[in-house]
Amino acid sequence: MSEASVRPLRRRRRIDSTALVYLALLGVIIVSAILVATVGRSFFSAGNIRDILTGMSVLGFVAIGQTLVILCGSLDLSVPYVVSLSSLIAADTMKGSAANIAPAVLAALAVAAVIGLVNGLIVTKLHVNGFIATLGMGLIIKGYLDTNYKGTSGDVPWEFQLIGATGVGPIPVSTILMIVVALLAALFLSRTRTGNHMFAVGGNEQVARLSGIRTAQPIIVAHVLCSVTAAFAGLLLASRLGVGSPTVGIQGGYDLLSIAAVVLGGTILAGGRGSVWGTIGGVAIFAVLDNVMSVLQVNPFMKDVVRGVVIVAAVAVYTARQVERRRARFGADGGADTDPDVDPSPSDRVSESVKGGSV
Amino acid sequence: MNAQEPVLVAAGLEKSFFGVTVLRGVGLTLYPGQVHGLVGENGAGKSTFMKILAGVYQRDAGTVTFGGEAVEFGHPVQAMKAGLATVFQEFNLLPDRSVAQNVFLGREPRRAGFVDQRGMVAATRSLLSELGIDFIDPTSRVGTLTVAEQQIVEIAKALSYDARVISMDEPTAALSDNEVALLYAIIRRLQARGVAILYVSHRLKEIFDLCDTITVLKDGALVSSGPTSELDTNELVRRMVGRSIETFFPAALDDTTVGDVRLAVTDAGNGFVDGIDLELRAGEIVGVSGLQGSGRTELVEGIFGVTPFTRGSMALDGETVRITRARTAVRRGIALITEDRKAQGLAVNQSVLDNALLVIRGVFARRTAEVRRSIPGVMTSLEVSSHGLDQEVQFLSGGNQQKVVLAKWLATKPRVVLLDEPTRGIDVGAKIAVYALMRTLAQEGVAILMISSELPEVIGMSDRILVMHDGRIAAELPSGSTEEAVLSAATGHAPTTAGTDLGGVA
Repeated sequence: MSEASVRPLRRRRRIDSTALVYLALLGVIIVSAILVATVGRSFFSAGNIRDILTGMSVLGFVAIGQTLVILCGSLDLSVPYVVSLSSLIAADTMKGSAANIAPAVLAALAVAAVIGLVNGLIVTKLHVNGFIATLGMGLIIKGYLDTNYKGTSGDVPWEFQLIGATGVGPIPVSTILMIVVALLAALFLSRTRTGNHMFAVGGNEQVARLSGIRTAQPIIVAHVLCSVTAAFAGLLLASRLGVGSPTVGIQGGYDLLSIAAVVLGGTILAGGRGSVWGTIGGVAIFAVLDNVMSVLQVNPFMKDVVRGVVIVAAVAVYTARQVERRRARFGADGGADTDPDVDPSPSDRVSESVKGGSV
Repeated sequence: MNAQEPVLVAAGLEKSFFGVTVLRGVGLTLYPGQVHGLVGENGAGKSTFMKILAGVYQRDAGTVTFGGEAVEFGHPVQAMKAGLATVFQEFNLLPDRSVAQNVFLGREPRRAGFVDQRGMVAATRSLLSELGIDFIDPTSRVGTLTVAEQQIVEIAKALSYDARVISMDEPTAALSDNEVALLYAIIRRLQARGVAILYVSHRLKEIFDLCDTITVLKDGALVSSGPTSELDTNELVRRMVGRSIETFFPAALDDTTVGDVRLAVTDAGNGFVDGIDLELRAGEIVGVSGLQGSGRTELVEGIFGVTPFTRGSMALDGETVRITRARTAVRRGIALITEDRKAQGLAVNQSVLDNALLVIRGVFARRTAEVRRSIPGVMTSLEVSSHGLDQEVQFLSGGNQQKVVLAKWLATKPRVVLLDEPTRGIDVGAKIAVYALMRTLAQEGVAILMISSELPEVIGMSDRILVMHDGRIAAELPSGSTEEAVLSAATGHAPTTAGTDLGGVA
């Protein structure tokens, strides 16, 4: 190994988590298409694709925000109540008049932003674990909703209902909006300091602090953005329902489903690693599964079983990928591993570069 | 070079924690382009001194003048920005982020308000090439790099702050010899740029190789500070500990006899090691040497069942055993003192007592009460200095932590003790305690296998030396072999001269 040619540094390239998610999505789509074909329907019909994409958009909004919060190492369990509350604020403020759309949307988003701000402040300033802080916040909002609303409320004008009802070809407007928000979130993560620092704070808060990062700021921003995207989801639901509903969020199970989608998308629950696009892939997998089970008229309770199996299996796969760090040097039968791609040991590599005259 | 203005003058630094004085009037002067060694036993105050310079701790008294101005750093970032960077033993890196993102963490370059990832990568690449490094890709995840490479990233980060002083805390603690050579080269480059280096190390060979000035601390006080040429290894050790090098490795106790084979491993192997044949006899201390990654740790993990052998056989006191789990190994009377104390040896948030009883409670629960009564005595005999059995072990020094780990295993009354780097990062006093304990165990008929990166330790303590190379036992050498013989077997070819531990006593 001493006089061997200086080997270019080559680390075994692993396919990254996001690519894996989309591979899984592709697999799910192929299997679904076959299953749907067996009952004589077409998975790729415009109508079916529209159904799937429609199913993606609400959870997509919530999960985008949840991704940011989880990247920071926090969690947001208050999202379903923010969804309900914002649908009610929007519908109540609109009162069936198109003129009120702008103030209604702004009011819903503003209230959500304040909720997110409070969440973020509780987590960072009072040092309450995000799980507990947002659980408490969720209960507070739930109490408010249960006290003040006995059922649906408000009236959404037809113009606003169009958002939930129209599309470009088979692609619903709501999905386009959701993808735009995902794009913005991805850009935010990669191209702003705050976004970059979210990874740092979630990965290792001590390192972040010693690097001069104000560690509270990314967490607060993530919570605000999470509540705001949850409000987007609430607005979209109001647009679909035509009214605001105090239970629409919790019926959708957006707290745990959004966390599941984020984790399914390869983001680590402890924070520090993940991506928005992975999350969108996770949401898509859920949407396709739901769709195919609806088409096949699977027992609705079975749906949850399938979802549960998928999420557990996915995390098991990710964990296995994490564990397999140290590479075997010898085969199972005792012969030296003949894999030509084995890296030279680190010390050899370093010595080679020393000998290579680079120092 | 001393004709220049000093870049850093620290004088009369004092610091105490909770009423315990750890620094009393320590000072030193750093000149540009100087490599200044800071030595002393653990607990001598080196780390505290560095951390005060770095802004991690605030001094109680004394002055620090940096670049001609009196400074008072309240935060590490302040010190970094002023040009005083520190590479700590525990890296401040994010494993999931890229090299470039780590180097510029907290002050990412922006263009038109947005983080300029490409610019960041280019800037990192040029920093690395200033260090003479072309084999680290700025876009690769830090978690995929070796420890040596991560350290280079830390140095690049220091350089990116345009540091005039870089202090390094035990930079070679986790490096193999070749990597140490690379670090030497990097330090020479920094020196040529006029950067002053404050170099803390336990390895005296490195101190003599690299440093032109050496400052010695003992018990928080300054012993001496002067040119390297005035010192030799023996004198330096004497100043550090007040005893000379010969007394370091205690000889075997009088009535120690090498008895029957306690542990026999025959043609064993798994994915990481192969063709392992070894015998450990009662009362014998067998040393294992080898470069990092040569399979030393994997060897003891195989014996202990952490990553079990998949072939070959193993016998304990003549009885064939199959050990596929650590629990079985413990039941059979094998103990493994792991390399990484904090991550594998201790529950750092638990008390001294809980840690000492960890294995007993887990494996021999019925003996808990009996062992519980013996713990205070064991702690006293090991000279563990703590505020009592209730103190959390995270607040103990490295040496005392290691003694707790040893106590935990002694409680199981093992027949075979496997020690993986038992003296890494602990002070000389604790090292001697570990050596003495090994001798006592040998006298009692325990078979001992000790892995060590420090050649003097292996040579000074072992009855036989096994040298590992590339997952196999490459050589078995008798007691008293030379360092050259061990090294040439470890590297698989002619002896190298890179950074051996000729004087690595502490």
